[in-house]
Amino acid sequence: MLTLLFDGVAYGMLLFILAIGLSVTLGLMNFINLAHGAFAMAGGYTTVLLMQHAGLPFLLCVPLAFVFTALLGALMEATLYRRMYNKPHLDQVLFSIGLTFMAVAAVDYFVGSTQQLVQLPEFLKGRTELWDGALGMGHYRLAIIAVCAVLTVVLQLLLVRTRFGSQLRASVDNQRVAAGLGIDVNKVFLLTFAVGSGLAGLGGALGAEVLGLDPIFPLKFMIYFLIVVAVGGTSGLTGPLLAALLLGIADVAGKYYVPKLGAFIVYSLMILILLWRPQGLFSRGGK
Amino acid sequence: MSADIVLSCEGLVKRFGGITATDNVSLQLTRGARHALIGPNGAGKTTLINLLTGVLEPTAGRIHLLGEDISGLAPHQRVRRGLVRTFQINQLFDGLTPLQTLAMTVSQHLGQGASWWQALGRDQRVIARCELLLAQFHLTEVMDQPTEHLAYGKRRLLEMAIALACEPNVLLLDEPVAGVPAGERDELLRTVAALPADVTVVLIEHDMDLVFSFAKSMTVLVNGAVLTEGTPAEMAADPRVKEVYLGHGDSHG
Amino acid sequence: MNRMALSLSLAAKLRWWEFALWACLLCLPFLLPSHALLISEITVIALFAMSLDLILGYSGIVSLGHAAFFGMGAYSAALFAKHINPDPLLGLAIATAVTALLGAFCSLGILRGSDLTRLMVTLGVALILQELANKLDFITGGADGLQGVVMGPVLGYFEFDLMGQTAAWYTLGITLGVFVLLRQVVVSPFGFSLQAIRDNALRAQAIGIPVHARLISVYTLAAALAGMAGGLQAQTTGFASLDVFGFDRSADVLLMLVIGGTGWLWGGIVGAVVFKSLHSVISAWTPQYWTFWLGLFLVLLMLVGRERLIRPWTWGRRA
Repeated sequence: MLTLLFDGVAYGMLLFILAIGLSVTLGLMNFINLAHGAFAMAGGYTTVLLMQHAGLPFLLCVPLAFVFTALLGALMEATLYRRMYNKPHLDQVLFSIGLTFMAVAAVDYFVGSTQQLVQLPEFLKGRTELWDGALGMGHYRLAIIAVCAVLTVVLQLLLVRTRFGSQLRASVDNQRVAAGLGIDVNKVFLLTFAVGSGLAGLGGALGAEVLGLDPIFPLKFMIYFLIVVAVGGTSGLTGPLLAALLLGIADVAGKYYVPKLGAFIVYSLMILILLWRPQGLFSRGGK
Repeated sequence: MSADIVLSCEGLVKRFGGITATDNVSLQLTRGARHALIGPNGAGKTTLINLLTGVLEPTAGRIHLLGEDISGLAPHQRVRRGLVRTFQINQLFDGLTPLQTLAMTVSQHLGQGASWWQALGRDQRVIARCELLLAQFHLTEVMDQPTEHLAYGKRRLLEMAIALACEPNVLLLDEPVAGVPAGERDELLRTVAALPADVTVVLIEHDMDLVFSFAKSMTVLVNGAVLTEGTPAEMAADPRVKEVYLGHGDSHG
Repeated sequence: MNRMALSLSLAAKLRWWEFALWACLLCLPFLLPSHALLISEITVIALFAMSLDLILGYSGIVSLGHAAFFGMGAYSAALFAKHINPDPLLGLAIATAVTALLGAFCSLGILRGSDLTRLMVTLGVALILQELANKLDFITGGADGLQGVVMGPVLGYFEFDLMGQTAAWYTLGITLGVFVLLRQVVVSPFGFSLQAIRDNALRAQAIGIPVHARLISVYTLAAALAGMAGGLQAQTTGFASLDVFGFDRSADVLLMLVIGGTGWLWGGIVGAVVFKSLHSVISAWTPQYWTFWLGLFLVLLMLVGRERLIRPWTWGRRA
């Protein structure tokens, strides 16, 4: 059972890194970006392709995935997303679904629809058993937890200790006032979107081995990202983090103990939580 | 004691976390009252209206309308019993025309709101009432224009027309002339003055001229609590009221 | 202004072109007998889209899971025909009733919360139903779907033929009936109150409209009609499979409605025709990459502004 908990935490941390960009984007621009999963997929495929065709080592590809996806995000924000900010939510939903469809089809066309396999470096393979096998920790999952934990701390410091962080928080709180205070809201949006997408890409790269990678990745996992955001709220990092961990553990435990019901439990739990607290379990208040 | 108290609240309290927005407010309004509610910004006037209409749930206290305890009733149920409000910022239906808006409101009030088999406006009573309201609020020429295209003054008139279409016993007006251009203000003010005598009107306003010309009684709200109440003349003479508006320098419209 | 003028302003008479269009639609199975199956298919989808218009266009509820009801109707009708009684109208009535119950239950989930919450809840319900249909494979056939649904004759007389003529008349007739019903509903006080709720739920409440009760009613109705569409689909094609619950289906119907225009009831029909035509044309050209072009179309449409699609005179102007 401890192993389950461990796996659940790893999954949860990964989900957090994947979804935090979506949460901040929603909180900041009030934009429902269903294409967020496509950025994650982009990061995953960047890593795989660089490894396969350029022969680059895994440890290099992961940060490169972050950079590439962040640049992609910045480009898309400046050219496309920016025009959609003041449109109704329905339009934003359809727009991002459209982008997702395009991404899925494009990847299918250029790379093919088979599952991509990631060759992990040797030292990340393997497993450590503790307490007579009661706790089995895959080394890769351990690494994921470590990396994500570090990233979480870095993000928190960025938000709380830096100037950009306070500009971001001000813009989330009240865009007009922030602009009135001289904060360049456009720049905040651009950077935030870029970093959020980059993190998704990073998550996609890290998660390719654990979650699988194929062209329908965005569609498969979008619901999970949305759950993290809907349940965890869009103000701050703690809400989504807790929601992601809860989701990760629930999903892993559910699939193990009641495989027949599988995802059923997760969806039902989500609906029940949203019905009980429509603004999310951990958020400060409605969006 | 007058048997004609139409709206009253006792010990109304509303707390948001650590902030007390409404602090033990008690009010009594008689039939036909022309009552003003004044106070600096942030005094809790709109919160009080929200409590009375049921949009917010009070932390403590009770509300009575026409002798009935309405504290547990949903907002739409209070409207059915004659407690109607207008909003400081126009709350209109942009996709409908003024005629459609009023016809629907009147139909709802006549109890036909849920009828799905008859077209809107088949009932002659609805048509008659709309005709009156449109004329009264000078909306007849624009009755077929989508609300989103109306000029601000017309929108403000429609805002009030909708409330009157509900045939209120008690009407709560939240800064009805706020932002209205001078030309259209008089129209609006005349309409407010011409409200039926048996309708109880509570007016939230910052414009002291309007308050003094309209109100027969006033309540002054500061920091969520009632500072004092009485006739306009008494309020004008009360040094505490003057201090609230002038002394602390933190009130501007 | 006199009362006549007022009355006329409010009057919601059917326009001449609505009669004309329906007359054309009803002639189609005569004019294009070889396309009868396609006509059925489009009609069913149009009904589905009209039901979504009720909650999206008229009531402002953004749903990404309307297929939950389509699927429920499809499986109910299929199972009923297979195990209890193959009469089409009876089966359709049962499918509609069952889905209405589901709709009433689900409507409780969309009453509160933001657009995102509603998206999540509706999406979640559709996913749950899909999972259920998948796991309860001893009833539903699981991933293989429910095959071999043989229908009896409509009204005891009109057999379902291979060419699809009966299916085309059947679906068109039912859809026309629903259209007439909805046409009446949307111009009634009830219909206008829905639009009021869509435009400003706060004010709707403040004029005495019981917002939650209205939303429950319209959601139940829309669900029932979506179930009816699903039932028609199962009956006219003879099977039901898991994709009736799929996200693709929910997204497609949303797109169709947006293409055709929300809030004027014809949007579902127009959108279904346009969408299916686009699909045929593009699929013939690049069969497996339809999703790419669909995605591109969506992106462009949203950037340009969806209400401009049905107003070609605005295409030249800047937003």
